[in-house]
Amino acid sequence: MVTASPAKSSRLWDGMSLRQKRVLWAWSFLAVPILFYSVIRFWPTLEAFWLSFTDWNLLRPASFVGLANYIRLVNDPLFWQVFRNTAAYLVIGTPLSLLISFAVAYYLDRVTFMHGFIRALYFLPFLTTAAAMAWVWRWFYQPVPIGVINGFLSSIGIPQQPFLRSVTQALPAILAPAVWAGLGFQVIIFMAGLRAIPSSYYEAARIDGLSEFTILRKITIPLLKPTIVFLVVFSSIGFLRIFDQVYNMTFNDPGGPLNTTKPIVLMIYQTAFKSMEMGYAAAQTVVLFLILLVVSLIQLRVLKDR
Amino acid sequence: MTTAPLSAHGARRGFPVRPGRIITWTLLFLGGLVMVTPILFMLSTSLKDASQVYDLRLIPEAPSLDNYVTVLSDGRFLRWFINSLIVAVCVTLSNVFFDSLVGYTLAKFNFRGRYLVFIAILSTLMIPTEMLVIPWYLMASNFGWIDTYWGIMFPGMMTAFGTFLMKQFFETVPDEFLEAARVDGLNEFTIWWRVAMPLVTPALSALAIFTFLGNWTAFFWPLIVTNSRDLYTLPVGLSSFAVEQAIQWEMIMTGASLATIPTLIVFLLLQRYIVRGVMLAGLKG
Repeated sequence: MVTASPAKSSRLWDGMSLRQKRVLWAWSFLAVPILFYSVIRFWPTLEAFWLSFTDWNLLRPASFVGLANYIRLVNDPLFWQVFRNTAAYLVIGTPLSLLISFAVAYYLDRVTFMHGFIRALYFLPFLTTAAAMAWVWRWFYQPVPIGVINGFLSSIGIPQQPFLRSVTQALPAILAPAVWAGLGFQVIIFMAGLRAIPSSYYEAARIDGLSEFTILRKITIPLLKPTIVFLVVFSSIGFLRIFDQVYNMTFNDPGGPLNTTKPIVLMIYQTAFKSMEMGYAAAQTVVLFLILLVVSLIQLRVLKDR
Repeated sequence: MTTAPLSAHGARRGFPVRPGRIITWTLLFLGGLVMVTPILFMLSTSLKDASQVYDLRLIPEAPSLDNYVTVLSDGRFLRWFINSLIVAVCVTLSNVFFDSLVGYTLAKFNFRGRYLVFIAILSTLMIPTEMLVIPWYLMASNFGWIDTYWGIMFPGMMTAFGTFLMKQFFETVPDEFLEAARVDGLNEFTIWWRVAMPLVTPALSALAIFTFLGNWTAFFWPLIVTNSRDLYTLPVGLSSFAVEQAIQWEMIMTGASLATIPTLIVFLLLQRYIVRGVMLAGLKG
């Protein structure tokens, strides 16, 4: 083994106390990881902050421009559009997916007949590749005679919907596969949380004659709070970073129609790797970082106090 | 509903089947069917020929594997499949090794600076990948890592999430086990590898499943760091393939199925471990 016994035979090693040896072992275990985290995590983080204050297109050296990128961003109508889109993914996606997955978990927890099978049905989408399923959903949204959803709608007499071609329907249409793919994970986590509540609490509540709804409100949800906090933060971060679905479902006009589905990560991707404006893109990534930080802190705060 | 009289009868006799339960079960089951509908339609259309695509029935009239033969014939998909497999396996092995080594060290060794190292690693959880891709891309182009396996893999070789997860689990390993091994004269590396690691296998499998799945489905970074078709991973390759096929939906569905089927098979084989792994990671993580 490469990491084994630092200079075992040396006299220095033999002269060390057991405690010193253990400390040396610890640092030798941490050596490669510390190098990794310094070079692949901390240094790039600092570099991203630094780049956000520069003008750089890869061809000529980066020049320091102060806050110019941030000023440009604040005055860019596209950024505010993207900001609203990203907020919409978050504000619709998180509550919707948590409500559905909680309802499923709450009832599935009491079902014993074919329990594993039904759980598997809900869990399977979690294992799919977002980039692959985006194309399946894109196909679903096509007009008749190709699209499955429009085909179904027309068979029950509802007029065709434009879905991905509409400035109002495209964003929810893209959000649907994102919610769909995440449900299975949330259901499993909610069920694990429900199982962790001691059944004696429920028995006591039943003896006291509390209604099912009261039990849910007074016992289940308060005791489930750590699980809810985890899932709210986890899924919010996921929706704020949505990219794969949008990129693949609007490939011909990424983020379209008329930028109504463009999330911030897609804007970053295009600024950095299509327009090659690395400084401006870095400023956008810093803003994304700040948004994630603020949203996580607010949620932790709110959910802790409640 | 035909089952209603039966359940009413059952309820009178104190039988556990009540109409409410049957309705609950039916709704859950129907919801579950809706959940797998996209997957079923994808698989079904991959077995249809171009003329049947407009026929929206779920069971193909004359199922055939011709689309798979066509899609696989030029070898691109096989290549992307192998690329994804190499990347996901290497990153998973690296995480299983390093995340647990660091987690173990932080959980079981006493030394000055331990807390600092832990907080430093944990703080990287706050940094979104998107913020690092530009510096990573520059690093990759400076060192010639664009269009290489290492270029795709290097950002994920260790993760703070995995380290934290493993630290939590190693803390539950009793010190007496490790002391006994020390008395037997085993060195610290062997104690970790031979004594401590086997005691946390559920956590290791959870970590392995998560890392593998995350890298198998990864899209954003592989899209940035690969330009050459030969180095695409399956999701990136599939995306480029789908664009090229334009409206040949049966071909796109075949490609999407090829990306999805392997994980579905693995799930069916390892369902118990995967569900338990997700629970473990979610609760401790």
